[in-house]
Amino acid sequence: MGGQKKTAQLIDSNGLRVDGRRIDELRPIKLEVGILDKADGSAYIEHGKNKILAAVYGPREAHPKHIALADRAVVRCRYHMAPFSTEERKSPAPSRRELELSKVIRESLEPSIMSEYFPRATIDIFIEVLQADAGTRCAGITSAALALADAGIPMKELVAGCAAGKIEGKVVLDLSDIEDKQGEADLPVALMARSNVVSLLQMDGSLTLDEFNQAFEMATEACRKIYEMQREALKTKYHIVRDVEEKNEIVEAKA
Amino acid sequence: MHAEKKQLVAPGELLAEGPYFAGENTYRDGSKIYSARIGLADVIGNKLIVVPIKGAYIPRIDDIVIGRITDIGMSGWQVDICAPYPAMLPQSETPMQHGRDMGRRDLGHLFGVGDLVLAQVIAFDRTRDPLLTTKGRGLGKVTSGRVARISPAKIPRIIGKQGSMITMLKNETHTDIVPGQNGVVLAIGKNPDQERIAVEALYMIEREAHTSGLTDRVRAMILEEMKGK
Amino acid sequence: MSATRQLSPVAKLEQKTVVDLILKGKRIDDRGANDYRPTTITLGIIDKANGSAQVHLGKTKVVAGVKVEKGTPFPDTPDDGILTVNSEFVPLASPTFESGPPDENSIELARVVDRGIRESKAIDLKKLCIESGKKVFMVFVDIYVLDHDGNLIDAAAMAALGALVNAKMHDFDVKNGELRLKDAIIPLPLQNYPVSITSTKIDSTTVIDPCLEEEQVMTCRLTVTTDKDDNICALQKGGLGVFTPDEIKQIVSTSIGKARDIRAKILASVK
Repeated sequence: MGGQKKTAQLIDSNGLRVDGRRIDELRPIKLEVGILDKADGSAYIEHGKNKILAAVYGPREAHPKHIALADRAVVRCRYHMAPFSTEERKSPAPSRRELELSKVIRESLEPSIMSEYFPRATIDIFIEVLQADAGTRCAGITSAALALADAGIPMKELVAGCAAGKIEGKVVLDLSDIEDKQGEADLPVALMARSNVVSLLQMDGSLTLDEFNQAFEMATEACRKIYEMQREALKTKYHIVRDVEEKNEIVEAKA
Repeated sequence: MHAEKKQLVAPGELLAEGPYFAGENTYRDGSKIYSARIGLADVIGNKLIVVPIKGAYIPRIDDIVIGRITDIGMSGWQVDICAPYPAMLPQSETPMQHGRDMGRRDLGHLFGVGDLVLAQVIAFDRTRDPLLTTKGRGLGKVTSGRVARISPAKIPRIIGKQGSMITMLKNETHTDIVPGQNGVVLAIGKNPDQERIAVEALYMIEREAHTSGLTDRVRAMILEEMKGK
Repeated sequence: MSATRQLSPVAKLEQKTVVDLILKGKRIDDRGANDYRPTTITLGIIDKANGSAQVHLGKTKVVAGVKVEKGTPFPDTPDDGILTVNSEFVPLASPTFESGPPDENSIELARVVDRGIRESKAIDLKKLCIESGKKVFMVFVDIYVLDHDGNLIDAAAMAALGALVNAKMHDFDVKNGELRLKDAIIPLPLQNYPVSITSTKIDSTTVIDPCLEEEQVMTCRLTVTTDKDDNICALQKGGLGVFTPDEIKQIVSTSIGKARDIRAKILASVK
């Protein structure tokens, strides 16, 4: 509501940021799996003020037929922001930014998807940003990976995303919107934690080699933390206790 | 082995290291075997598998499926079997042989668009769509009953160990229950109330598939519903 | 160009189950003919929007956001603010929704919801004038369908109204043609609360708030939007079937009463 005024100081004399965080602190993250009825898999993430819904349909028949690949599934990804998701209303038509992000997000998830299981089919990933506050592509990746797992799509492992950056000359973790707009660099990263490989890396701004190494380390470490949260969210959703033959425990399954 | 039998595992979780085989829904990376899907880990001999909790129906040869006719072609029908691939039922795979080629209109009289058929998968591989047959006992057009659409991963639970669950359902609801491996299940009874109760029981099993004492609780629900019907 | 839609992705036998139940006076989810599915309305879920609301109508889920921005008035209404209603049937909401610009169903929904708000004069557009003929406030209502289990129009209209009721803007005045935003936060200048009630005809029976299975077998539907004084401010018939005049009169009369219940529920959600 209203326009954003330029903030005088992003890091105060105590080393705290505008939202009270330390330089290396993540914004609060909340994850929920399987919240949509029609989609094959879905997940909802709140990462700071970001509110993002990810859903997966697939594997399903390829439409139109000619896009199908003979030896594996076509993975499609659509990153889209709701008109009311940003400070100023955004036109619902896809922007060039959304098209670019759709591509890099797909390329961050596809290495993990075992698409060779489903030749001639498609796996469709939809990411809808309901509220944006910087770091949406990373949060989108985190929730999309959960949605893929929720859909029962075979994957090598989960993928988690987080960004680091530079504000007022200092390398910080997980930029918020005001820090992204007024800062000097933004470095989004997506990591496959188990095999320790990076599937998304972008940079916007200016960093020295030292600053880059610092930021990169911060971001990848955060991705590992987020991966643990993803695992927790999946286990909470599918909480299952031992089979009846082994122990006669009364069980509650949250299906 | 790292994961315990029946442990819930997520994609990328380490199941075991060493002299094991990577079975269904697992994969090997070097000397380690990991889960590829969310499900329950299990080991058969020295083969590790993950029993999935959810997932699309991928046809296997000999599967009995219930599908919906979506199109009539020159020599057969296209069938939606809730798989990522449309299935084909050729005229030659139906028991009615007229000794001549049936035109499209005649094919439409046998199975029309929107009809449900009980069929068997006779061919399927990576390079072509599944092929069906209705030559076989009990196969053919479905003319009555109520349909439940269940996640295919839960069909084994609907059937139960040695058919224990499905036998209980049939006896208590007085309906015939025909489960398709593709997740479509028919409940055919003498009255719609029995069919409705059977379908409710099926959805209850789907929701609570991994709980203990399920058979008893479903039976109790059915008996409660059947009172006064 | 509008074209007949594809055949229903539901088997004839499944359609028959729904219709047979309706003929017996029952519904597939055990509701009464005039019962709405369990409905939850949550306001203010998107902080960055001026107003927002989330509606769960059975398994149908819709979110609406309101944004208020400055703009130029239309030449023929120089003193009126501008209302725009837009709807997105995003592909994650249903296997039948495709990516791309709004299709005819999405556009119809947006225009029906728009008519309800506009014709009931829900927003006093004159109060959104900054400088006659030059500057006004524009109210954007963006409807986002998240999960399609039937009756998107009513869910969308509820969400739109909820978002409008929830919306806040800076108080303002105009000095020498210059807009001055004050610190005080005020609600939108609302003076009416339109509610839409959709009925569907299955065989010759009418039921309210169709779930997806019922929409797939219906012959036609009628949406009736009424305001707080029980005036009808919008009507929309949809589908390939037809209504008799008596059916229409019956539906309109039932809808007025139902709308009162829904209106009360939405206004009760205001914190």
